[in-house]
Amino acid sequence: MALNRDFVGRAFPPSEPYEVSRVKIREFADAIGDHNPIYRDQEAAKAAGYPDVIAPPTFPIVVSFGGNALAAPGLGLNFAMVVHGEQRFEYSRPLRAGDVVTCTTTITEIKSIGSNEKLTAVTDVRTVEGEMICKSYNTIVERGA
Amino acid sequence: MTATVKYADVEVGTEIPARTYPVDRADLVMYAGASGDFNPIHWRESAAKAVGLPNVIAHGMYTMAQGGRFVTDWTGDPGSVVDYGVRFSSPVVVPDEGGATLEIGGKVEEKLDDNKVVVALTARSEGQKVLTRAKAVVKLA
Repeated sequence: MALNRDFVGRAFPPSEPYEVSRVKIREFADAIGDHNPIYRDQEAAKAAGYPDVIAPPTFPIVVSFGGNALAAPGLGLNFAMVVHGEQRFEYSRPLRAGDVVTCTTTITEIKSIGSNEKLTAVTDVRTVEGEMICKSYNTIVERGA
Repeated sequence: MTATVKYADVEVGTEIPARTYPVDRADLVMYAGASGDFNPIHWRESAAKAVGLPNVIAHGMYTMAQGGRFVTDWTGDPGSVVDYGVRFSSPVVVPDEGGATLEIGGKVEEKLDDNKVVVALTARSEGQKVLTRAKAVVKLA
């Protein structure tokens, strides 16, 4: 189904604050099979110059996958037919345990490709103090029936 | 904050030895839980087939995470990644029995200022390119 083009350029209010925990970072690292001690051991993280354990580069997807934008009433997205098309992160610094972040998402493009609909959104992930962590560029494809 | 690979020691064309990563259904269930992406196409065969997929497929972000792991294992510092992007060109199909394998390789494509390099990644599963335009910018020592 065609997505509502009125949503192009729409910015959504910041998401609820999310506190990054050591436990969640470890769980995520375990799930991707990555045993790097900098994700698990505070001493190893400190030895590498970080104040606490840091999160793997793709961890911000936990908070930034389209945010509240994709579920927006009126957009018309059918989640059952959605596949992830492209993803990019631009990092200002690694996310780390203790960060409390919010995400601000803007839909930047919607276009048809054959019977598919392609939507691109950019999400700024910042700490509640306003420090930029990363920008997440997220393209999803809603496959046509 | 300090990668173990030195900027001075790499050149355009320097290859990062390829690695193979097994993927099975249990990995996808763990990833679903850790990431919060519970789309059943990643763990239930009937749900995947109902939307026209050949079988359960891995989360694109799971595959991207393996590419990230490949890069950070090379640099020695997971905080060395300053930019990382991929296009999901083909799904990683994960059968119930035997699972799948992901083969990831990379090479230095460009040297930038400030000790940064662009690493171009390749990712294949069962002979299919599963990521295209996969690039990471990393800051080396």
